[in-house]
Amino acid sequence: MSGIETWIAAALTLCVFSFLYRDNPLYRFAEHLFVGSAAGYLLAVQFQNVIKPNVIQKIAGGDFLPFIPLAMGILVLGRLWDKATPASRWAIAFYVGIYSGIAIPAYLQAQIFAQLADAVKPFEPGWHAINSVLVLLGFLSVVTYFFFSAPHRGANGAVARVGIWFLMVAFGASFGYTVMARASLLIDRVLFLLRDALHVLPAA
Amino acid sequence: MAAKRPSGWAVRLMALDRRVIFVLIFLATALPLLFPVNLPITASPRVKAAFDTVDRLPAGTYVLMSLDYEPDIKAELQPMSIAVLRHCFRKGLKPIVLTLYPAAPGLIERALAIASEAEGKKRNEDFVFLGYKSGSQSVILGLGESIRTMFPRDFWGTPLDDIPMMKGKNSYADFPLVINLSGSAIADYYIRIAATRYQRPMVLGATAVMATDYYPYLSSKQILGLIGGMKGAAEYERLMDITGDARRGMDAQSLIHVTIALLVILGNVALFFTGGLKPGGSGGAREGTGR
Amino acid sequence: MRNGPLVITFLVATSLVAMFFIPHHKVQEGQSVLLNWANVVYAFALILGSLTLWVSHQKKVLARAEGWPYSVVTLAALSFVTVAGTVQGVEEGTLVNRYYNMVNSPLASTMFALLAFFIASAAFRAFRARNAEATLLLGTAIVMMIGRVSVGEFLWSGFPPVTEWLLDVPNLAAKRAIALGIGLGAISTALKIILGIDRTYLGRS
Repeated sequence: MSGIETWIAAALTLCVFSFLYRDNPLYRFAEHLFVGSAAGYLLAVQFQNVIKPNVIQKIAGGDFLPFIPLAMGILVLGRLWDKATPASRWAIAFYVGIYSGIAIPAYLQAQIFAQLADAVKPFEPGWHAINSVLVLLGFLSVVTYFFFSAPHRGANGAVARVGIWFLMVAFGASFGYTVMARASLLIDRVLFLLRDALHVLPAA
Repeated sequence: MAAKRPSGWAVRLMALDRRVIFVLIFLATALPLLFPVNLPITASPRVKAAFDTVDRLPAGTYVLMSLDYEPDIKAELQPMSIAVLRHCFRKGLKPIVLTLYPAAPGLIERALAIASEAEGKKRNEDFVFLGYKSGSQSVILGLGESIRTMFPRDFWGTPLDDIPMMKGKNSYADFPLVINLSGSAIADYYIRIAATRYQRPMVLGATAVMATDYYPYLSSKQILGLIGGMKGAAEYERLMDITGDARRGMDAQSLIHVTIALLVILGNVALFFTGGLKPGGSGGAREGTGR
Repeated sequence: MRNGPLVITFLVATSLVAMFFIPHHKVQEGQSVLLNWANVVYAFALILGSLTLWVSHQKKVLARAEGWPYSVVTLAALSFVTVAGTVQGVEEGTLVNRYYNMVNSPLASTMFALLAFFIASAAFRAFRARNAEATLLLGTAIVMMIGRVSVGEFLWSGFPPVTEWLLDVPNLAAKRAIALGIGLGAISTALKIILGIDRTYLGRS
């Protein structure tokens, strides 16, 4: 980026950070600019990367099959007008059918069968067997917790309680990693301000 | 027995203005960047596994790389992309890159420019960028049968049939490794389709928010390595012996984490001294809201 | 009028499921064509989102509703990027690419960078060890926050193996169970859609 472009980027960054003090016109300007720019970029990318090569250029080359998805796409756009909304359902039904059809074998194979197979595999040798036992017990206890058709009382309740402990550890791990993720985003922005905008840090 | 009066400092702490916390966090970020300590970084087993999976491939191997992230998560995934791309280029591998995120092409182009310039590689001779395609799952499934149906041209409009590097490469079967660097459910789609249905060896890079969710797939060997967040990217850079933005940010990451951990402990200690932290109790009535 | 789309959903979905089991190349080519059509339709659905945004902000401007000058900013940005991107393209060197690096990228990154501040503030105010389970969650979070960064290993060499164990054993067990539950839920939802039991995707009649 050139100098002026970097300064504009830095100014917009500070406009967003100003929200930390309180909501203000600079932040709202930046927010609305972002929404419009992002929506416009999305539109441009869809046209350049999807519609142009897969529809326009193919039809121009003599292939008329892309008229079908083009027609369905125009039907989807019909949702902008109340009178055209019923027609758009045909196109929506098509792609909902596609994704529902993809989902069933994919989930069954990858998340049900593969994970169940790994859950019931033989224990690791030596002391690692303790970990294998814990993984299996944890898995079964969490599944018991999520089975709400049976009341969590007595033995079922005790197993579900163990499941809660495993869930707490998992959520604690997720929280720790979430803090890491959010911190990374801030580090990137401060690095940009200090290095690229203010030149206080050496260039990358 | 008279109720214990809550300590004054604890009450004042509970009512702490949140902007003080914001300033602390900003200082915890900026100071280590300005005055780096360069704490050592050790690669974790999962990142090492990802690195070794790529490292084992012989020169000339084609790798399918799906880089799926947008500016909101580029802090974690852009350094990761650059490090993995540079690794592929150093090993003489041939990455075919694509993206399923509409706002990603600009970022991917930059990552490819940085990595290829650093390793002296050329577009369409050493790598191909197919660009963006909408649809996510349907694209990932479609790549199993025909890349050309999904991507008739590359990002710059060149027909794939006109790129010599793409000759004979048209589906997952032609790629001994799939690498997905993703900040969303696209990682799940690749695991379900490319790794499980099409049995492709797969390495995953994910944001830190998602990384913990993929350990079951590591155990079942549906993925062979996992690079999680900016820390994972820093570990990969360390293994590559390069210094990118991920490594530069690690000192700041450490101080921010310590700051937040101390804030959590301090908050609980203050609540204890205000009498709000009883075993199994709510303590909500005594908790200050601050500003 | 709704029965036709329901039949389409059923036929398309069952075809996709059947195609999973039939490896014949003609069938797989047919699947590729259907998937490519879905991608194009999906692209139009995303375009619909942008156009809906246009309509909503245009209404605000025309009605001079509260905050309407900001809507002018949104409309101006949307128009500029759409026209420039459609005409010139979005690759490096184009106007839109420069605009993206100058505006889109920093704004998106910074919006999410704000979360670091809010997560710190929320952690201070709301993360309370009120009972055994919350203490377990809090303890694990603190161990993970310190142990997974460089300073953790610097303070105690035992941190990395402890964090790895937490991820590889209790975290794995719980996340596997959650993944199983999600898988079962997704399959039942897909079946309800295919069989026409769930029709919410068609909107109101």
